[in-house]
Parts: sequence; structure tokens; C-alpha cells
Amino acid sequence: MTGRFFAAGADRRIAITIAILLAVAIVVPILNIAVPPASAFHVPAYIVALVGKYLCYALLALALDLVWGYCGILSLGHGAFFALGGYAMGMYLMRQIGERGVYGNPLLPDFMVFLNWKELPWFWHGFDHFWFAALMVMLVPGLLAFIFGWFAFRSRVTGVYLSIITQAMTYALLLAFFRNDMGFGGNNGLTDFKDILGFNVQANTTRSALFAASAIALALGVFITWRIIGSKYGKLLMAVRDAESRTRFLGWRAENVKLFAFTVSAVMAGVAGALYVPQVGIINPGEFDPANSIEVVVWTAVGGRGTLVGPIIGALLVNGGKSWFTGAFPEFWLFALGGLFVAVTLFLPKGIVGMWDQWQNSRRERRAAATPEQGIPPIVEVAMPVKQKPAAKSSPTPLDGGEPQPAE
Amino acid sequence: MSKSNTILYLDGVSVSFDGFRAINNLSLVLDKGEMRAIIGPNGAGKTTMMDIVTGKTRPDSGEVFFDGEIDLTRHDEAEIAMMGIGRKFQKPTVFESHSIEDNLVLSLKGPRSIFPALFHRRSFEETRRIDEILATTRLEAKRHDLAANLSHGQKQWLEIGMLLAQDPKLLLVDEPVAGMTDAETEETARLLKEIAKTRSVVVVEHDMHFVRELGVKVTCLHEGSVLSEGSLDFVSADERVVEVYLGR
Repeated sequence: MTGRFFAAGADRRIAITIAILLAVAIVVPILNIAVPPASAFHVPAYIVALVGKYLCYALLALALDLVWGYCGILSLGHGAFFALGGYAMGMYLMRQIGERGVYGNPLLPDFMVFLNWKELPWFWHGFDHFWFAALMVMLVPGLLAFIFGWFAFRSRVTGVYLSIITQAMTYALLLAFFRNDMGFGGNNGLTDFKDILGFNVQANTTRSALFAASAIALALGVFITWRIIGSKYGKLLMAVRDAESRTRFLGWRAENVKLFAFTVSAVMAGVAGALYVPQVGIINPGEFDPANSIEVVVWTAVGGRGTLVGPIIGALLVNGGKSWFTGAFPEFWLFALGGLFVAVTLFLPKGIVGMWDQWQNSRRERRAAATPEQGIPPIVEVAMPVKQKPAAKSSPTPLDGGEPQPAE
Repeated sequence: MSKSNTILYLDGVSVSFDGFRAINNLSLVLDKGEMRAIIGPNGAGKTTMMDIVTGKTRPDSGEVFFDGEIDLTRHDEAEIAMMGIGRKFQKPTVFESHSIEDNLVLSLKGPRSIFPALFHRRSFEETRRIDEILATTRLEAKRHDLAANLSHGQKQWLEIGMLLAQDPKLLLVDEPVAGMTDAETEETARLLKEIAKTRSVVVVEHDMHFVRELGVKVTCLHEGSVLSEGSLDFVSADERVVEVYLGR
């Protein structure tokens, strides 16, 4: 049973990714907490915090891959769902501060006291309970995506136009959250967190726990997306990407197909944001910046869209590079990012994972072409793009998603 | 004219785009189980007629009824497809990144909402139906190949196979033999005749040789309305048809 499960190439790769993430979730906290700092195996706290943050980014990139890689919806506003999830978590963390704020008000967060507010706005109620905040982390981005998608997909807005309105959505939220009257701390956002579930957010153990939670959430995200993509619905999703009108004339409602993926993706992005906020200790309107959402697209493109594993690799690599680069040559980071996107589009159109697959396929074909006549060097066959016959049985699993169309 | 016992009933249908009358007072009746060939020069309104029947375009005026009683102007593409009208496009449109088998799985008649698709498991009955369609369209050997790797003619057959999987009452087939070799054309005629035994079929075609092979009643459209109707010999003997085809 499991043997068949791990048989196909892409499936095996995804299963390995999940296993690695789960292992990392266990091993890294142990190496951080239980191993003495003098040991060579000790993982310093700052690494735990940094990589924990990257894992949240990876989950965000994975969420984007579901809609962009498999359904061709290039969302340039996924940062908005991430930030909304983050704000929901931030509101819970603010309520946990209680009397320990600068003004010592047991009910109102500091910024509300500062603005002379007398009572808690209605939408802040309930956020003193973790379960409520956790629910909102998923519900708010999911609901926004549902409503937004309902209108956009029903009106058959596609391609570049859809990308532009997703961008407009995150920009509108950016402006809205900047206002003090919105009741989300305005420009400064939410910060100075103290506790999460009664544990100090600054403590090493809490950080390790958040790291583990991020890794597990990412593993779960990969698993869920994998199951979705492997189902009949997943095939339908790719069918909508490749020939939307065909699916309509077969009786499918393409708008509902897209809406489901878009909503699931937004929920995943919200969870990523919620895990991100306690690890970085702040959430402010800057997270809604359209540039952030575009960066997510860059990670996904670098890793290889429509591959599930690619976006994770892309997010980890690009952010790792960013951390190093902004330390070494702070002024040049944006140039490097722009250059990277241009280079990937030109030289690695399928991303790292896509290139790897292509290379593996051509190697397999070359070997298949070489075996029949052992003595004679295969001169002609090597260069010929042989019809994918032998590879076709294993490779066109729905998981490698075929060839995604350019930004559609 | 009585609507009962018709599969498709168009009466006085007109539609215009930016002042251009693509369909002009078109009336067309198709009996249950009938196969009809529709010919006509470019711009005669053949494809627009299919757009109206399948719900892609709303007519400005006129009646469009399916199966004698269903008013098609009140429904959209997905609903009309579910009622039993299948449509093949002029350009073969299949899901290129899926295998032939998966193309058919997505087309098979069944629930069309998200959650059943998410938790769908293929039944024995479905597999049997797929086998049957693969045999009819002669694509058994290609079952696991990507649709992208099919030849042009095979893609046309796959698309017809996808229509069959839908189990429609009426098939609208737009230029099924465009770009096909003679052997493939013959094979397609055989396939359509086979299908027409159990379903109603409308074939839009330019290729007169192919239309002759089908041996069915022919309707010639011109400037959005019916110019002539009858057997192919009758229609091709009609002076107006000759005039339209050869130019004035």
C-alpha cells in the first residue's frame, strides 16, 4: 500500500519533504534547548527564530503555488491574507498583555489609551481567547478571499486584470490599516507582546515551540495541498488552468473551482501569518505592502511553480539570501531581487525544481535511447526530443502539474 | 410548427454584435435522433448559432428550445451542458497536461460540484465506461499518454470522446475534420454515424466530401439565416447556394 504511495517521482519527493519537515520540527528544538551552547551541535536561538520565520514564508509561498501553479491565478495580493492572519494573532497577543502595558490599563491596549479611547471596539471582543483568535486567523482571510473571489471569478476576471485587482486589494488594506481610526494601532501596528498561551514569547523554549509549530504547519500544508492536487478536483483545477471554456461546456462551474482553491489558499496564508507574528514580535500595515506580495511570487517562481516542493525551496533560498545580502550589501538587495526575478524568468522559466525534473527526464531518455544498441554510440538520438513515451507513465502524475502557462 | 418531439427548436432568433447582425431571424428545427449537417461560407453564423444553443451568447430576440420544452435562453453554459448538450470546438480543446484517461474522467457524467470531486473515487462502472469510449474513439493504446502528445486528428477524437462521456442527448460538432487526413476523415465519419444511432447530432462542416459521406439532411446558412435546406444534392443544386459559394 505505502509502496505504491511512494512509487511515482513527484510523490516520493513530496513525502520526503513532509518527513524532513517533521524531523526538523523535533530535532531543531532539541538541539537548541537540550544541547549545551558550547557543543558543536547547538543551534543558536537566532537561527531558530530566523528559520522559523522562513518556514512561515514557505507556507505562504505554498499557498500561492496552489492558486498560481495549479490554477493559473497569479495573485499579487497574497500578502494581504498573510497580514490578516497575522493581525488576528496580534490582537490575541495584545489582549494577553493586560495590565503590563505602559499605561497599565487592564482592558485596553496601549495605543487605544493613547488615542483616548474609552472602551474596546466591538471587533476586539473575543480576542482574549486563543481559540477565538485561532478561528479568526482562518476565518477572516478565508472570508475575504471568498467574497473577493466570488465577485472576481463570477465576472470572469482573469489574467492580468485579476492580478491587478488583487494588488489593488492589498493596497487598499494597506491604506486602511494605516489609519488610527481603524483600531489596529495605525502606523505602528501591534507589538510589545508578552505571552502566548501563558508562555513568554521571548523565551527560548517558546521560540522553539513556535518553530516546531511552523514546521508542522508547513508539513500539514504540503500534505493537504498534495491530497487536493491528487484528487479529481485537483485534476479539474489544472483543467481550468489549461482550458477553462472546455470545463464550462462539460458542465463544470469554473468559477466555483477557482473560488475553492483561492479560499483554501487564503486560509493557509492566514495561518502562516499567525505563526509569523509571535516569532517576529510585531505586525504593522507594512505587511500589506504590494511589494511583499510580489516577493512571494518571486520565491515561488524561483523554486518552481506547480511543484509544491519548489515554492518551499524558493522561499528558504531567497530569504536566506536576503538575510545574508542585506547584511553584506544592504543598498543592493532590491537590485539583486529584481535581477533574480529577471534571471529566473529568462534562464529558469520552470524554477529550480522544474529545471531539475527536466534534466532528470532528458537523462532518463538518453539512457533509454542508449541501451538498445550498446556498441554503437547513439549520436542522433541524443539530441532528439524523444516523445515522452517511457517517462510518460510515471511523470504525468497530476503532481508535476504539466506546463503552467505564462502569467495567466 | 410544433415543438414536441424536437430536440432543438430555434425560431426567429437574431443576435447582433456592435450593429453587425451575426444571426438574422434564424429558424431551425432538429428532430429527436436526427443528424444534421450545417454548411455555409465563412461568417454565415454557424459558430454563433452554436454559441447561442450552448448558452455562451444570449440572443437579442427569438426562441431557443431544447428537448421540446427547455428554454435555453434562461440557462448558462454549465447548466446547458448538464441538461445534455455537448459541444466540440472548432479548434480541438482538450486538457493537454492530463492523460487521455484523466481527460475522460473529468468529462464523465456525474455530480459537478466541488466536494464530490474532492473525495471522488473511481467506480467500476466509470472504468467500464472509459474503456468503452476509448474503444469507440480508438485511443485504447494511448490511454496513459498526455493529451498534449496526441496528433491533431487524435485530439479531435478525444474531444468527441469527452462529449460521449458526458452522455449528451445532443452533440454540436464544429468542423470535426478540419486539418485531418483523408483516412482520418473517413474514420471520423464512421464515428459520427455510430454516435448518431443513439443521439441527435449537429455537424458544422466546410468539407463537402465529408458531408456527402455522412449522408444526412443539410442546412445551408448565409448571413445569419437559412438559405436552403434538404438533401445535399438538393442544396448543392440550389442556385442561391451556388451563388453564395462562388461569389456574385
